[in-house]
Amino acid sequence: MKRTHIIILIGIVALIIGLLVFSVDFSTYDTINSAKKKQGKFVHLIAKLDKSEPITYDPIKNPNYLSFYAVDSLGGKTQVIYHNSKPGDLEKSERIVLKGKMESDHFECQDILLKCPSKYKDDKKMLEKDMKDQTTKN
Amino acid sequence: MIKFEGEHLLPGQIGHFFIILALMSSLVSLISFGVASTKSDLSQKNEWLKFGKINFTIHFISILVVFATIFFICYNHYFEYMYAYKHASKELESKFLLSCIWEGQEGSFLLWSIWHAVLGMFIVYYKKEEHHTIWKAPVMSVIGLAQLFLMFMILGIYFFGVRIGNSPFTFTRNEIPAPIFSQPNYLTFIKDGMGLNVLLRNYWMVIHPPILFLGFASTIIPFAFAYAGLQTKRFGEWIKPAMPWALMSACILGVGIMMGGKWAYESLSFGGYWAWDPVENASLVPWLILIAGIHTMLIFNATGRSLRASYLFAMLTFIFVLYSTFLTRTGILGDTSVHAFTEAGKAINIMIGLYVLSFAVPIFILFFKHYKKIPAIHTEEETSSREFYMFIGSLLLFLSALFIILITSIPVYSKTPLLKDLIISIHKGPLAMPEDAEFLYNKVMIMVSVFIGILTAVSQYLKYKNTTRTYLMGKIKYPFIATIIISTLLFIFYPIQYDKHGIGFLVAIYIALFSSIYAAISNGMYISLVLKNNLKSAGASIAHVGFAVMIIGMLISSSNKLIISDSKVNGINVPIGKDPMTKKEEDPTENLTLIREVPTRMGDYQVSYVKDSSGHEKGRSFYILNFEKKDKAASKVEERFVLKPDVYLMKDNNMSSNPDTKSYLTKDIFTYISFAINKEKNEDTAQFKIIEIGEGEKSYYSNGYFELKKVEKNPANSKYKFGANDIALQAEIQFVSKDSMHFDARPMIVADSFGILQIDDTVYAQNLFVKFAGVSDNHKIKIGIKESDQLIDFVTVKSYVFPYINLVWLGLIIMAMGLLMSSLFRAKFSNRLSSIILLLAFIGLFYMFLFAN
Repeated sequence: MKRTHIIILIGIVALIIGLLVFSVDFSTYDTINSAKKKQGKFVHLIAKLDKSEPITYDPIKNPNYLSFYAVDSLGGKTQVIYHNSKPGDLEKSERIVLKGKMESDHFECQDILLKCPSKYKDDKKMLEKDMKDQTTKN
Repeated sequence: MIKFEGEHLLPGQIGHFFIILALMSSLVSLISFGVASTKSDLSQKNEWLKFGKINFTIHFISILVVFATIFFICYNHYFEYMYAYKHASKELESKFLLSCIWEGQEGSFLLWSIWHAVLGMFIVYYKKEEHHTIWKAPVMSVIGLAQLFLMFMILGIYFFGVRIGNSPFTFTRNEIPAPIFSQPNYLTFIKDGMGLNVLLRNYWMVIHPPILFLGFASTIIPFAFAYAGLQTKRFGEWIKPAMPWALMSACILGVGIMMGGKWAYESLSFGGYWAWDPVENASLVPWLILIAGIHTMLIFNATGRSLRASYLFAMLTFIFVLYSTFLTRTGILGDTSVHAFTEAGKAINIMIGLYVLSFAVPIFILFFKHYKKIPAIHTEEETSSREFYMFIGSLLLFLSALFIILITSIPVYSKTPLLKDLIISIHKGPLAMPEDAEFLYNKVMIMVSVFIGILTAVSQYLKYKNTTRTYLMGKIKYPFIATIIISTLLFIFYPIQYDKHGIGFLVAIYIALFSSIYAAISNGMYISLVLKNNLKSAGASIAHVGFAVMIIGMLISSSNKLIISDSKVNGINVPIGKDPMTKKEEDPTENLTLIREVPTRMGDYQVSYVKDSSGHEKGRSFYILNFEKKDKAASKVEERFVLKPDVYLMKDNNMSSNPDTKSYLTKDIFTYISFAINKEKNEDTAQFKIIEIGEGEKSYYSNGYFELKKVEKNPANSKYKFGANDIALQAEIQFVSKDSMHFDARPMIVADSFGILQIDDTVYAQNLFVKFAGVSDNHKIKIGIKESDQLIDFVTVKSYVFPYINLVWLGLIIMAMGLLMSSLFRAKFSNRLSSIILLLAFIGLFYMFLFAN
């Protein structure tokens, strides 16, 4: 493990780092308002579904067009357009991570990550709710 | 105090008792083996070893009892226990009961500790002289420490107001604040448990977690041997006894990881077996380091070099297993992983942190303290020697593992105090994954695979120490020529069509494919050219062939994956949505809507959605999709099959989709439902309109006209059998829509001894319900027509073709067999026993990966 090793090691590391530096543009987590200032730049938004606005998804017309509104905790609001099918539990989600770009008046979404209470059995609130549903039905 | 009715208190008490017993016995065995490893006097040492052995046996039995108790509670649906309430339910098929246990945090810690205990039992009861006097004590003290931590995780006892660990035996009434628990008979109100997450209701979820956890657990053995090497100052001697364990561990962990991939492929809808998800990465990283470690250990065995690297890799393998536990269980990955993990509470997080640190910190201190004393050869190895290239390969694997974990850990950086601020100041915001995260991994790993492929192909033909040029050239000539021929044929007859990342990446795929084919052929021919078909020592070559075949399979199935539900493939012009300006060329249009009974073109197939049928679990529906492929003249059906992807529509309207796959030898057709309507919510409000019409007459509906062709009495029909006293009338109606499409409907009316029964028919394509309403006084027929705007029955699907995906599974099996062979060979198992084990493992793996679907 001497000179030759070290040279090759450095060579390999340099290659990988080089590849990284030259070609990767890491993204940021943004608020809706700060994303609006970064038009056309790929960002991650942490937001919530705005339930006062309609969700548009008509799979018979176009199964690859979904539109809804998202709000974040700082009061930002934007229309979101997602050219894909509607995630099944969108309405029930508590938090949405949206990946995509802000384009003038709307957010052009490429990927949606939903955080849903039903997935979280460890969530105390969810457990309470389930227990209430069960025991009050009869 | 309320006296609660109907609770089963005994199992919980038994469980609690045995958790505490398991904790105490692991502590005592840690102490006994720890003391034993410091004693040089053999009789004293034996005393302590004996005491440790008794304690560890008690520990082993206690854990089994705890496990059995949890199983018992879940099996009997004792919902007074939180674990049963949270994870089990009455409608759950019993084959998934085990999955209930590993769904929870507590259960998976338990599973992990069971495997540690099983492996520990092998170490404790192995009688070989050298093993007993030298290795047993230090190795077992490491396992004892790990067990102590794991037992704390499931302890659930309060110390000074802080709960240490989460017990699987807590009561539901103590965990959930709800008014119902003030009633003594609360149990009668709890009808059912919450049940297993629907995504986990797949048979892979029964087998994948135990195998993966066995893989994780087994990495502790090489780590423990490395510690033993340092502790006993027999710096180089641990490699030999640790070798079979390391190989076995690589085999099991590798299989476990890919079982997870197979599960994801079969039951998650992310469209593949690998998504570079943080949870997947966290398990891949220890495997890569372990493989690097096995190679440096082999170098040491043959030449005495690379000992320090072997230490480092053996240590890091287990430390990264611990780190991956930290990543996946503390909720730190929250926003980045599709796998749902939440925080289990601060106390547990601190415990996990302590667990990681109390292994990582002491071993590194010990390692650096003895670093100078660990023998190393200070001359350089020949560049024509095998060890030189093996070491380069190990280093490359290690660096690629570091690369993966550095990227995967991005969410951790944003939570590290100083680093966080630094990132924000440089990056102008919290760091997040780049736009195309998969490509970031792929473009680095494809480079790695190119080098690894060539290194595994060539270095087998090199000898340790040095190799003459003529020997090497004489041997590697044939595999190289064979590779050139095969690659060229592939290039001509089955080119890679992957243009998403440009020509540069396409070239990289070809080079990686070439080098993997080279590795497969070269290692395969090595068995006959050099080993003269002596299979006993061919484990390494077989494992290399398997690895290379797996990479070939991954490259082909991913780059030539075809999205057949893509509207572009079908030449359909999808009507642009409400926002025409956003519609761009590269938009993903992977979803296709299938209207019931309307055949739609998908790739080579004509697909029609026939009907849906509910499964026997609540909320589950299967969608029957008919696939047909016709020959060129479109006259004969060449191929026909049915796929039944299913969807769970849960009571809160959440949806979870399970794909279905048609597997051929050379390709898979993979389909899942990306959107389905909730039938209950879609109630129909339209009314039937009654039209009186005679035979041969025509009438109109909103989208065209229809003609009553004829009315038949007691039609001969395979579906219905009519007796002599029955009267059945069937109307044959042809609908002709404005675009000249013809549809037939055959509503019926039956009068039998029970009364009058109307059998309606539907024309889904036209949203029509057709009813035979009766016969009018003037001998005309009353036909009821209902035009519904809501009840268009449809599903939206995504469908992919994965070509040659079976190579991935086949490669994995070959690799596992190679590793297993080497392990058994080095553990000096008898030929007979080895063959039996190998045969069983092969049948099992082959059945699971290639046959069972």
